[in-house]
Amino acid sequence: MAHPLHLEAPERESFWRKYVFSLDHKVIAIQYLFTGLFMALVGGFLAMAMRTQLAWPDLHVLRPEQYLGFVSMHGTIMLFWVLTPLQLGVFGNYLIPLMCGARDMAFPFVNMLSYWTYALSIVPLLAAFFVPGGPPNGGWVQYPPLSALRDAAPGSLWGVDLWLVAVILFCISSLFGSLNYITTTLQMRTRGLSMGRLPLTIWGMLLTATLALLVFPVLMAAGILLLFDRHFGTGFFIPAGLFLGNRPVPQAGGDPLLWQHLFWFFGHPEVYIVILPSMGMVSDVIATFARKGIFAYRGMVGAMIAISALSFLVYGHHMFVSGMSPLLGTGFALTTLAIGIPSAVKTFNWVVTLWGARIHATPAMLFAVGFISMFVAGGLSGPFLGANSVDIPLHDTYFVVAHFHLVMAVASLFGIFAAIYYWFPKMFGRMLDDRLGRIHFWLSFVGAYGAFFPMHILGIAGMHRRIYSIQAFPYLQPLAPVNVFITISAFLIFLGGLVFAWNLLRALRQPATVEDPNPWRACTLEWSTRNRPGHGNWEGPVPAVYRGPYEFSVPGEERDYLPQWLPEPIPARGT
Amino acid sequence: MERGRHDHASIALGLGMFLVILYAVGWYVAGRYRYWFPPLASLEGGWIDRRHWITLWSVTVGFVVVHAILGYTLIRFRSGIPGRAAYLPDHRGLEALYTAVPAVVFIGLSVGGILLWQRLWRPAPPDALVVEVRAEQFAWSARYPGPDGRLGRVDPRIPRPFNVDPDDPASQDDFTSPQVVLVVNRPARILLRSKDVIHSFFVPYFRLKLDVVPGRTDELVVTPTRVGTYDFACAELCGVGHYIMRGRLRVVTQEEFDAWAAGQARANPRR
Repeated sequence: MAHPLHLEAPERESFWRKYVFSLDHKVIAIQYLFTGLFMALVGGFLAMAMRTQLAWPDLHVLRPEQYLGFVSMHGTIMLFWVLTPLQLGVFGNYLIPLMCGARDMAFPFVNMLSYWTYALSIVPLLAAFFVPGGPPNGGWVQYPPLSALRDAAPGSLWGVDLWLVAVILFCISSLFGSLNYITTTLQMRTRGLSMGRLPLTIWGMLLTATLALLVFPVLMAAGILLLFDRHFGTGFFIPAGLFLGNRPVPQAGGDPLLWQHLFWFFGHPEVYIVILPSMGMVSDVIATFARKGIFAYRGMVGAMIAISALSFLVYGHHMFVSGMSPLLGTGFALTTLAIGIPSAVKTFNWVVTLWGARIHATPAMLFAVGFISMFVAGGLSGPFLGANSVDIPLHDTYFVVAHFHLVMAVASLFGIFAAIYYWFPKMFGRMLDDRLGRIHFWLSFVGAYGAFFPMHILGIAGMHRRIYSIQAFPYLQPLAPVNVFITISAFLIFLGGLVFAWNLLRALRQPATVEDPNPWRACTLEWSTRNRPGHGNWEGPVPAVYRGPYEFSVPGEERDYLPQWLPEPIPARGT
Repeated sequence: MERGRHDHASIALGLGMFLVILYAVGWYVAGRYRYWFPPLASLEGGWIDRRHWITLWSVTVGFVVVHAILGYTLIRFRSGIPGRAAYLPDHRGLEALYTAVPAVVFIGLSVGGILLWQRLWRPAPPDALVVEVRAEQFAWSARYPGPDGRLGRVDPRIPRPFNVDPDDPASQDDFTSPQVVLVVNRPARILLRSKDVIHSFFVPYFRLKLDVVPGRTDELVVTPTRVGTYDFACAELCGVGHYIMRGRLRVVTQEEFDAWAAGQARANPRR
């Protein structure tokens, strides 16, 4: 389904229509890219400040309430405003129409609204730094009553309100986006592009958008209830009989665990929302630079579907020690370890894909293989946290911080970087520098293992999360050197990010000289149109699709790749 | 594509994978001898430690195997070597194998964890020592039932912090203490209550942790096995003073406990 209105007059668009309130999915993707990278810089800066405080507490770079404000904002920004939009917002937007053979998204206006709601939501979020009491102190999870009672912490005075408004706006933005991604993928694929020929990137985006569509409303509802508790005297999350100091709390009748159930029903699928697109994109990068089709395409799709379905059934492992019924703990332990099975299958499929390949270790490929390593390193601490009894001493310690940073944060960031290096020529008609890319990768890889792996040990030694300093606990004081090691490693990651920023700016200042529409000799449909495609994506008719997305090194073929759009008779398997 | 540079990068990353194995194992060895769990002081903690080791060995095998294969693959199958990539879209047997092996391992680990979980949540024996551990921003205290063995009634409508009913006869002989005192080798039934926000009772030496949720009383059972004084922490973010919310826990013999309790009841009656 094309949009004739957009096709006929790209030249007549004013500056505002073309670059600011654009309806073109590719411009919107690039808007998401720069906004997301800016937010990553903010979130990264907060992390550096926190790590400095933890390594050298005597410097007092932060006060305790500032530290907790930074904890909350770092987590919130990285999950909602960096990892989610950098995958769905950037690559969902850019790639879904191009890989599906559509002229644009199904609802371009809603797509524009999605970006601008996201941009708007940043205003209240960052405003929290400038109100009395500062940003919220409750972490990204904002458990009530701490977040519900305005006197419970400095950040609960105004910070939580701004946080809630920002998150609710973000939920709306995400709904607009998800509707588009799902509809476009299901309804607007070009001729011959059956679901079984869809690139894994698009499968990842489709499943992610489905998760987002189903869980963000739950968070939104919970957020609205919390706003009511804070300002209208309700007690959804506040039980009777509480005292702050010697002052009784007037609200009654609620249960703090209700928030946790609502939050984690959203929160656990959210961590898959930030990893599934990367799983897809990394698969595309690996296939191209291995010159070998993804091993077990159907198994890969099946594993992603299994992960998405199970992701709704595992959230309770965040609540093993919350006082929730032990019976529920039993069920959630089974489902949690079960989700490890499709994850392991995906890992082995990537490894087998590489076996017997011809590996071109471009920066994109380095990040893609780095993704596998991080996903395995982080994923394998999952069985400690998912097997409920083993989790008890490790819950809410740095072991958990190690786990989710490796398996979710670093892994998906590596997926994003792989994607940026890979699709950069298509998006900007320029190449990112190879050497700077390798420096960026090695700083990130060494930094990530240096920063996050020793956190397992901190957690085992009993260091609990979200503490401003370890000095109050004699049994934690011997861990000081490990914290210094971690902080220096974290600086390496940040430095890597700066190298990347330099690489990006450097490339963008050069003229767009890359004319070859398919510089990596890849098979998927976005490489069939010219670089920096205009509004409408293909100058001629939209190409049809004749085969699966990963037909590399087919025996008997002269070239080592068969693009999806080549209308030759197919010698190999006829999928 | 610059083939030579990419070859070097591939080899470098391959070697990097082997270094990652050494690095990860190195941290665990260093951890085991310098930064491990604090000394064990409870029966239940010993059970958890055993399962921790079983899990650790299982996942270490997976970690080493995947990284070794990745390392070898990156070096062996770099772009510069002659010939084309193999064409292998799928292989049912291989897929079945590496679906089945992780399935067995993960389900095994989860069942083992769950069986222990059931044991940890068993009801306390009738002769268990009863103590109410109370959390507030940012301090811990304890309430003991006194000679009658019964804690005074709690009712959220009572306008006092912690909502204890002073008129209940059972609360007449209750006493409070800034320290938690337990008896060695005697199971303790620890009731957890909060005055304000959510806290978490975390005793690393016991390997035990349970959130202290306002509005409800949750309980855990622990059997201390070593006499001594232990620090414990609040493990759930509870406000600005979260990082200094340290508690003291003493494990003493029954005789010492009786003498201490008698002294406390005299000095600190009815609260």
